[in-house]
Amino acid sequence: MREYFTLFIGALLVNNFVLTKFVGLCIFFGVSKSLDASIGMGMAVTSVITLSSMLAWVVYTFVLLPYHLTFLTTIVFVILIASFVQLLELIIKKQAPTLYSMWGIYLLLIATNCIVLSVPLLSVESNYSFVKSVVFSIGSGMGFALALVLMASLREKLVYADVPKPLEGTGVAFILAGMLALAFLGFSGMI
Amino acid sequence: MFTVIMVLVVLGGIGAVFGFILAFANRKFAMEVNPLIHEVEDILPKGQCGACGYAGCAAYAEAVVMNKEVPPNLCVPGKDAVAKLVAEITGKKAEEVEPRIAHVRCKGTSEKATLSYKYKGIHDCKAASLIQGGPKGCKHGCIGFGTCVSSCPFGAMTMGENGLPVVNRKKCTGCGKCEESCPKNVIQMISINARVKVDCNSKDKGAVARKLCSAACIGCGLCAKNCSYGAIQVQNNLAVVDKKICAEKCSEATCLAKCPTGAIKVANELIVNKNSDTLKVTI
Repeated sequence: MREYFTLFIGALLVNNFVLTKFVGLCIFFGVSKSLDASIGMGMAVTSVITLSSMLAWVVYTFVLLPYHLTFLTTIVFVILIASFVQLLELIIKKQAPTLYSMWGIYLLLIATNCIVLSVPLLSVESNYSFVKSVVFSIGSGMGFALALVLMASLREKLVYADVPKPLEGTGVAFILAGMLALAFLGFSGMI
Repeated sequence: MFTVIMVLVVLGGIGAVFGFILAFANRKFAMEVNPLIHEVEDILPKGQCGACGYAGCAAYAEAVVMNKEVPPNLCVPGKDAVAKLVAEITGKKAEEVEPRIAHVRCKGTSEKATLSYKYKGIHDCKAASLIQGGPKGCKHGCIGFGTCVSSCPFGAMTMGENGLPVVNRKKCTGCGKCEESCPKNVIQMISINARVKVDCNSKDKGAVARKLCSAACIGCGLCAKNCSYGAIQVQNNLAVVDKKICAEKCSEATCLAKCPTGAIKVANELIVNKNSDTLKVTI
């Protein structure tokens, strides 16, 4: 139990994907302008990462490993995730229209995002078991959501700040992300 | 050799499996999108202003087609022409859209209005209004940092040299974005057929209002007395015009003549002049 908890906290805070590994930055800067959108996006990313890394784990363990095709991992995962997101979109659109209208375009934006790819890749690289890879994905997804929500709240305040002209908009957002990353560095001694 | 074959088999297999699953899902979970929605969306002006009360043009198009209760005339920028087309497509009855225009209810230019302090903070009306209600002496007037100008999706507003926003009548679609953005409620949407308008938002008592701004409505009620139809009332030290009575009955606009500060004015000279010859003299 303790092992899983450490893994979860590690993925959530200590090795936060956005703020220490710097993946998923395009969504991080693109969707962090408003708090509502960032919450929706965070939830969408968490669920897609979890589901797709389950799928990826199954394919990796039962197809790629036995036939010594591990050099295909990246390309196979890309195909898996892209088609899986498509499938998820079709199902959600029909079965849960309210959820679909809430996630809207974000779901498809995730299809080609690096954070969704890197989580399954890292978890097969570390030889995690199925349960461990699920815990790891939930942790990293929630870590991403946390970073996104923090950033969005900061940027909503930033609108009223007197920012020097050349840094307005994305420029100051990058500086802010750097500071946030520094703050997250403080977690590195935890485990 | 074995590896090459396995690569082809595995990749081909995964591709084929997902291809079939997606094809199957596409059929099973097919959503029939009403083609009328696209037709309606094409007609709408795509300002995405949200004056209809929906998140954007696409959302309104969907609502107006799918929901019987949603009237076809909600698109303010589209005016009558769009309302008619939307009504035609959806088979609903079109009611007239009254074309609106933004009206800045303040004439307190930098010369006329006094300042209570010098503001050096963020150049934004909302931010400035948080500090003692803004730098102007009159706490009901236009702050003049142009939050409305930047909120206009149609580029119809500019900041005049006198520190007050100017509405371009030709470009203004009446969507009401500026009305929402103004922290002082200075901007109000009025019918383009309105005859007279009160260019002031001050609820201060006459003496105070006059001291703070020489263009203020001091609530003296002379316009109300001079209106033969009882269309004007003084509420909270501010003259309020009943648009309906004013538009339907009056053709002379006698109310303007006696205003000591010039706060009440003809809203649209073209319209009033068309109906009345006497007014040309009084203006």
